[in-house]
Amino acid sequence: MRRSKTMEFGVGLFMIAGILGVVFLGLRVSGLTLSAPSQSFQLEANFANIGGLKPRARVTMAGVTVGRVETIELDTEWYDARVVLRLNSELEGQLSRDSTASILTAGLLGEQYIGLSVGGDPEMLAAGDTIRDTQSALVLEELIQQFVSNMASN
Amino acid sequence: MQSKFSSGTARITRLGRRGCDLMEALGRAGVFLAQSAIGIPSREGWRLWLQQMHFVGVLSLAIVLVSGLFIGMVLALQGYTILVDFGAEQALGQMVALSLLRELAPVVAALLFAGRAGSALTAEIGLMKATEQLTSMEMIGVDPLRRVVAPRLWAGFVALPILTVGFSVVGIWGGYLVGVEWLGVFEGSYWSNMQASVDFINDVGNGMIKSLVFAVVVTWIAVFQGYDLVPTSEGISRATTRTVVYSSLAVLGLDFVLTAVMFGGL
Repeated sequence: MRRSKTMEFGVGLFMIAGILGVVFLGLRVSGLTLSAPSQSFQLEANFANIGGLKPRARVTMAGVTVGRVETIELDTEWYDARVVLRLNSELEGQLSRDSTASILTAGLLGEQYIGLSVGGDPEMLAAGDTIRDTQSALVLEELIQQFVSNMASN
Repeated sequence: MQSKFSSGTARITRLGRRGCDLMEALGRAGVFLAQSAIGIPSREGWRLWLQQMHFVGVLSLAIVLVSGLFIGMVLALQGYTILVDFGAEQALGQMVALSLLRELAPVVAALLFAGRAGSALTAEIGLMKATEQLTSMEMIGVDPLRRVVAPRLWAGFVALPILTVGFSVVGIWGGYLVGVEWLGVFEGSYWSNMQASVDFINDVGNGMIKSLVFAVVVTWIAVFQGYDLVPTSEGISRATTRTVVYSSLAVLGLDFVLTAVMFGGL
């Protein structure tokens, strides 16, 4: 009987350790936060070329992460890329109508992310609005091509 | 001429018989799993399950955790020497966490589990069959599938995913020890790069699904090999070997299929 009690205790500890492990993997490793998903809002932005931008990429403002890319799809009306951004709700009604979204690269070969910067328009963007002023990704091949054709014409 | 012809047909007959045997064994294994895994456990069954959890899970913890620690440390060391050439050693945490969660933890934990617990299950049930304990149970009206097999199956199904979680956690900690404490990667970037790239559903969740599938396959093979063996000492040794070989192959093969479905964009 005594042995069976310590055995039960051991199995209980084992199961608890498993649950704690999942919690660790969730909170520490995958960075889940316990905040409700409703505390965010969406904006759209159209880019002529998104380069290597992927869903779930960071959206930053002055280098601070303020959201992530939700979906990327082809806009068949204009044949450019429509990117849906999900931003923290603190920024709702705080971004002016002429804010800029540009696709930046972390380091020379790093992942691509979106940088937002505010403009001076007194009117603000509401949830679901589209950012008009966008800057496409820097595509290395195009730069090189430009450089080479400039060299040739000189 | 006549003898050549008959040996040819004999060969075809043997091939056919082997195919039929294989199909029969698969069918028996399926019926066996369905009969033993279905059914509500009684109070007694609960206690038996607990006993098996202790044997299959708690006692396997040491080998799984130690392997996890060393694999995490080796990953960090190997990853660092490659990443530092590109000046990308900040991505070490991401590399360690993703390779452990998606691939190494489910597979290596399942292989260790097959060697440590699966072979023991086969040998135990095999000896019960060889010494006719299973037949005696039937004689006194106890169903050996529910009394002997079901607790072992369910213990395996629950224990391996927990062991896999332990493997991942300890591996990531081992990577932290080597990468941050020893090689001097900045601690903040180790964790933040990891958190930025690991997704709970896609990475942790898919790893768990993998390990659940492996748990079912490995335990099923182990218990069925024990239940279905030829009840001699040679039969037991053969079945134990088969358990380890079959479950390792099944784990590695299924891992490819699961990876293709989960991460291959199929």
